[in-house]
Amino acid sequence: MKTITINGKTHEVDVPDDMPLLWVLRDVLGMTGTKYGCGIAQCGACTVLIDDMAVRSCQTTMDMIDAQQITTIEGVGETENGRKVQTAWLEKEVVQCGYCQSGQIMSATALLNTNAKPTDSDIDEAMAGNICRCGTYVRIRDAIHTAAA
Amino acid sequence: MINNLHSRRGFLKGTVLATGGLVLAVQLPRMGRATGPASSSEEAAFTPNAFVKIDESGITLIMPHTEVGQGIYTSSAMLMAEELELRLDQLKVEAAPPDLSKYMDPILYDQATGGSTSTRSDWMRLRQAAATARIMLVGAAAARWRVDPAQCRVHEGTIYHDASNQSSTYYDIAAEAAKLPVPADVPLKDPSQFKVIGTRAKRLDTPGKVNGSVVYGMDIRVPGMKYATLAISPVTGGRFTKMDEAAARAVKGVLDIVTADNAAIAVIGEHMWAAKQGLDALNIEWDAGENGAVTVDTIVAKMDQVSQQPGVVIRDENKAVDVIANAPTKLSAIYRSPFLSHSPMEPLNCTLHIQNDRAEVWVGTQVPVRTQKAVADITGLPVEKVTVNNQLMGGAFGRRLDVDTIELAAKLLKDIRYPVKLVWTREQDMTHDYYRPYYYDRVAAGLDKDGRLIGRTHRVTGSSIFARWAPAAFKNGIDPDAVDCASETPYDEEAVFADYVRDEPAGVNTSWWRGVGASHNLFVVESFVDEMATATKQDPLEFRRKMLTKNPRALAVLNLAAEKAGWGQALPPGRGKGISLQVAFGSYLAHILEIEITDEKEVRLLRSVIAVDCGVVINPDTVVAQMEGGVIFGLSSAMFNQVTFTDGAVDQTNFDTYRVLRINEAPKVEVYQIKSGEAPGGVGEAGTAAAAGALANAIFAATGKRIRSLPLAEALG
Repeated sequence: MKTITINGKTHEVDVPDDMPLLWVLRDVLGMTGTKYGCGIAQCGACTVLIDDMAVRSCQTTMDMIDAQQITTIEGVGETENGRKVQTAWLEKEVVQCGYCQSGQIMSATALLNTNAKPTDSDIDEAMAGNICRCGTYVRIRDAIHTAAA
Repeated sequence: MINNLHSRRGFLKGTVLATGGLVLAVQLPRMGRATGPASSSEEAAFTPNAFVKIDESGITLIMPHTEVGQGIYTSSAMLMAEELELRLDQLKVEAAPPDLSKYMDPILYDQATGGSTSTRSDWMRLRQAAATARIMLVGAAAARWRVDPAQCRVHEGTIYHDASNQSSTYYDIAAEAAKLPVPADVPLKDPSQFKVIGTRAKRLDTPGKVNGSVVYGMDIRVPGMKYATLAISPVTGGRFTKMDEAAARAVKGVLDIVTADNAAIAVIGEHMWAAKQGLDALNIEWDAGENGAVTVDTIVAKMDQVSQQPGVVIRDENKAVDVIANAPTKLSAIYRSPFLSHSPMEPLNCTLHIQNDRAEVWVGTQVPVRTQKAVADITGLPVEKVTVNNQLMGGAFGRRLDVDTIELAAKLLKDIRYPVKLVWTREQDMTHDYYRPYYYDRVAAGLDKDGRLIGRTHRVTGSSIFARWAPAAFKNGIDPDAVDCASETPYDEEAVFADYVRDEPAGVNTSWWRGVGASHNLFVVESFVDEMATATKQDPLEFRRKMLTKNPRALAVLNLAAEKAGWGQALPPGRGKGISLQVAFGSYLAHILEIEITDEKEVRLLRSVIAVDCGVVINPDTVVAQMEGGVIFGLSSAMFNQVTFTDGAVDQTNFDTYRVLRINEAPKVEVYQIKSGEAPGGVGEAGTAAAAGALANAIFAATGKRIRSLPLAEALG
């Protein structure tokens, strides 16, 4: 049994040490907002925050997690920056299919957590790990600026 | 059924629901293009479609088309809200169950979402369904109050008779409305009266997509459900020869191992990780079979050979071959477009619960009827015992128009009696796609001494998707999709010869990919038009303008894009602009792309300017979004993507080897819309189809190098 803290709530899970957090969230805890996209940290769909840093949950195994605070898309709206990002995403109508957007929103929130006024090149650097096949990049950039305004 | 009657417009009926609500079914005459799959099922033409449901849960639009991210749930709801006098937030949207008789797309002749047909198909029929419902609801209220229906008004789902100070909600009068005769000839609102259509409406499906609450097929959870993942033979037609079942079963959490056709194995576990670890432990060995020597080179060599022989003639006017032979300026070229993967962000998945007497499937599909039939065929159950729960899709781009994945899931799970979610890893998804076909194009043109195009030939060689997917549409050896935008162009043309050589690649499945036939042919045609301009020392914009004397809508989008893009302004060294013009999916679009070649010989995409006339616009913001996304999807592939084969197996396995455009590489996109009263055209595929030609032409403008083979970035290097 291992205790992990997600969105401020503790969970006891009985899973192998090498199991990625992604599958613990999705298949064990039923928190399906965090998405599987590639499994090799190429697409960013599985991004969560660990102590406010954006990480790929497909590469974060259970033995790498101790007492940190994990934040997922289901809980990020409770944080100030998360709420601003979600609001801007709706205002700018960023979303198309939406499958990558959990990860995009988590990466954007992590960016604002360390940089209140990101420039275009700051956005490029922080968001280049998140693929969107629908091509919503134009609006993602716009929405991040809006959230930071 | 209470009433029905025949009218010139079709057959309408009202049905009282068990709950006392009103379901209105409307059937309308066929529409569609003569070249489409339309002629396949004349007899299916006059059966009803049911779109409106009013019951205690509210007012529901039963969506004939599926949401893959293109915004159709919102656009269709806007059509219905308009004629029912509702606010958009008063409508709920529900995916239609599989039922060809009610929900057939009248252009595709299937219950299918693809080819940018949704708005074109539903523009009239959803408004008529809604207007009919409104007239019956008002009629019932007027009858109850014994007043003239013409004296009643409707506002936001409530009917008012102001003179007697009476009102009724739609729901309160629905049961009485269902008993009324269905009006024969329903007037639709004059566009000048539109309150919803043409407004920038917020999408209905997005709030749940920003807070993690939305459920895609991948996210389905059914009580008692287990998780599975699979390995399919890396080579089409291959078989497994050896595996270590004991090792897999020794993995904690592994429950079952199942196989299908000796070509696929799935491991079922308590969660995806157990299933994946179990699958790895199997250490499967494969026999590649007859396709074990296939490479792209062998496929292309054969295409080169067969493309030297005449194909099936699509168009033959005014002896184009002779005209070119005698022309003062003549040019010819070969263009090649690679196999492409769809790779939507949501990997393929299918959740199945097969029981002895019934089955239930949860999956995001563009073809619910085919899905139901696939499960029925494999399990041996009658179709009516197969329940399809269609889910929102994390992208599809055509991949979910095929049911090979659902058939495979049913084969693997047919002896399992608990619900299982079967998930393709990204690697299995990418290496077992039904790929965009490889196309090999031979083109030639002749121009007169004044630089006027006087003759053009175009031979398309490639596989026929229609022949497999809708054989009835593959008539006389002609695949209308394979030659779309090749035989017909927006330009004034007198002598044209176009033919098609069908060539099916060994060991490769091919299917629809965003932009379909137009995406490949426009790369060829629009690149070649630029070659003609270059050969006769003409400006690519002016050359096109001169050939648009009979096509004012095409000329208008071209002029608008040129003005906004600043065509003709001097550019710094290393920069270039390229044009692509199209009439496709019922819409007119001009794309001007500006690029820069870096010192490292890399292409930087700077600015995409798109002018579009897609007729009446339902939700202008959705048109903009589809243009932005479509062009980026197309540029991504035109820049980087090709699927290749070594020893029969696909070389690209994940996004590390199948590169997708990222935010730092995406251009700015500007979209300009021309106001139009014409019938709506499609927009989902249009931007994608406009990408590759503009990019090839921009690279030529910047470097003087003409690239005739995709992907362009590789060809440039």
